[in-house]
Amino acid sequence: MLKTALIGLGKMGLSHHAIINAHPEVELVAVCDTAGYVLDVFRKYTGIKIYTNYIDLIQENELDAVFIATPSRFHSEMVRACLERGLHVFCEKPFCLDPEEGLRLAELAEQKGLVNQVGYHYRFVGAFCEMKRLLDLKVIGDIHNIRCEAYGPVVLRSKGKSWRNAKNEGGGCLYDYACHAIDLMNYMIGPPRSVGFSILNKIFSEDVDDEVYSEFVYENGASGQLSVNWSDESHRKMSTKLAIWGTKGRMVADRQEIQVYLRAASTLPTGYNAGWNVRYTTELTEPVWYYLRGEEYSAQCDHFIQAVKAKRMDTRSSFRTASETDMVAAAVRRAADLPTEGVASIYSQTDESAQERTKSSRGGLWSRLIR
Amino acid sequence: MQRILFGDNQFFGVNHMSEEKARAQAMRFQNIEAIIEVLDAAYDEGVKVFMCTTHDRIQQVCDHMRANPQRYADYEFYPCMPYAHKYANAVTELGILGALNKVLPEGGVISGIFKSGVSLAKKDLEGLAGMLIDAEMKMFKGLKTPVIFLQNVVTDLLLGLGMKDALRMFADHVKARYDAEPGFITMNLPMALDALEAVGIENPIVCSNINKIGFRMCGGLPAYEAAIATRRFRPVAMSVFASGALKPREALEYVCKQPKIESIVFGASSRGNIRQTKQLIDALSQPRIDAMAS
Repeated sequence: MLKTALIGLGKMGLSHHAIINAHPEVELVAVCDTAGYVLDVFRKYTGIKIYTNYIDLIQENELDAVFIATPSRFHSEMVRACLERGLHVFCEKPFCLDPEEGLRLAELAEQKGLVNQVGYHYRFVGAFCEMKRLLDLKVIGDIHNIRCEAYGPVVLRSKGKSWRNAKNEGGGCLYDYACHAIDLMNYMIGPPRSVGFSILNKIFSEDVDDEVYSEFVYENGASGQLSVNWSDESHRKMSTKLAIWGTKGRMVADRQEIQVYLRAASTLPTGYNAGWNVRYTTELTEPVWYYLRGEEYSAQCDHFIQAVKAKRMDTRSSFRTASETDMVAAAVRRAADLPTEGVASIYSQTDESAQERTKSSRGGLWSRLIR
Repeated sequence: MQRILFGDNQFFGVNHMSEEKARAQAMRFQNIEAIIEVLDAAYDEGVKVFMCTTHDRIQQVCDHMRANPQRYADYEFYPCMPYAHKYANAVTELGILGALNKVLPEGGVISGIFKSGVSLAKKDLEGLAGMLIDAEMKMFKGLKTPVIFLQNVVTDLLLGLGMKDALRMFADHVKARYDAEPGFITMNLPMALDALEAVGIENPIVCSNINKIGFRMCGGLPAYEAAIATRRFRPVAMSVFASGALKPREALEYVCKQPKIESIVFGASSRGNIRQTKQLIDALSQPRIDAMAS
């Protein structure tokens, strides 16, 4: 039995608690949170050891691994303390608000031979796993465009106060929602070389962004687009869709299905034909021992647990890959701070009278399209 | 319990196969009249139970049923609570306490409990659970709700956390306050049966995925089949078509062959589909009825 503890009993913490506790190879020894009312309920109804100070928790218990599900601004300090105590660490996303610190923690974990994972659960969704498998087989040829969209109904009016709505605490659509999309794009084709034109706009929030749009440029010249909005009521829950175009075909995946179009020139993998192919979640999803709200949440915990048991360092979502995601997010934030006006006026710079001439015509559109 | 229960996923853009299909359904059913039309078709085909999530829009369905008592004389609701996304989104936006206050508008009581630093003793948690259940049940006032289900996300969360007592609190409140049978939806049937037995809920109504390909049947198909064959509970089968992965006849043959499954939930959007599914279930259940009679 692996002995583990959990720090943070918010929304993700509760979910992790249930999943770890139900795992047949794990004993959840203790939990830590600062909210007294939550701890009271746990003390009373589960009999688990509870702490309000995580240092006490890791010092007083014989542990193999720790799960950290606190607000993002605490991650770096807590992860470091756990690593220094020789504990394997699973940490929620986004990993560190400062990507440099994230990389230092990745190095520390690697030096100490400690298994490390970050909770990017989309890497464990059947349809996205299949997309990754097909990419590794290079079935759609050279990638020239990748596009990820994520929409959901989180902030729909001008109020609310939790850390998720607080700037510099890991709140906002960029850190809460868009990080998943960025991480998924990174998982598929690696991080971009640079981030271009980016927008972080408020729709209803006062302090943080509600929508994120960004252009990525990749090493091989491929381009990427990110389009994320957590103030979209037309979606019932977070909905993430990833599309990739290559010289030999195209793939589109979401949580439910993957659609693959393969040109005749493609090397066809077993079970795939030239033209359209559709695979559904019912056939792509591996069974899990316990289901709470999607197989991927159970699968990522099991992946971590098996890695700890095998002392395997190459988890599917490591501190290092999560730090790369933080780096891209930070770059999006920097790019969005650049002046957005005047990247390319729709009017020709060399012809000042163009503005007058195209005022009521559609001519200006061309200069925007060919910028 | 009725043999055939009409589900509501199709009305609210829930489709485990395709987000496009889900959106098309959400568009089709955005007017409550479109939902009522399908419920009427089901009712006239003899499917007289609506097993529905406590989604805000169900309020309008309830209003319609209350306004036409003669048309729906035999109509029954089996509410399934809570509609989890409502809470999940509220927690993301407002935190746990903020979400509770939002869902319980008269929640001054709640914030009072927490802010005063009074510990959440057993009585308080029971009271809180009761208030949450009552808030969800408000829309069904005056309608028949002989069975009330706890949604799988809550049942399974409690199972995972090991908070079995809360399952008992739900059962007790539903019986005492609504004179209804408690039901539990779960994706982890064997685990749920153990927990319900441990807190002394006898012969419970338990609704879980039961389909030929073992889709979302945690613990595995053989464990489910063994549980259905040997354990004392009243099984309700959902996701019998495995989100469309199975053909109707093949799917229903499998479910109807299992011993003692009391009810089957399915959703459909057209009268033709409802009739076809009902006829198939009736025909395939006939040997079972004959066996019980002999």
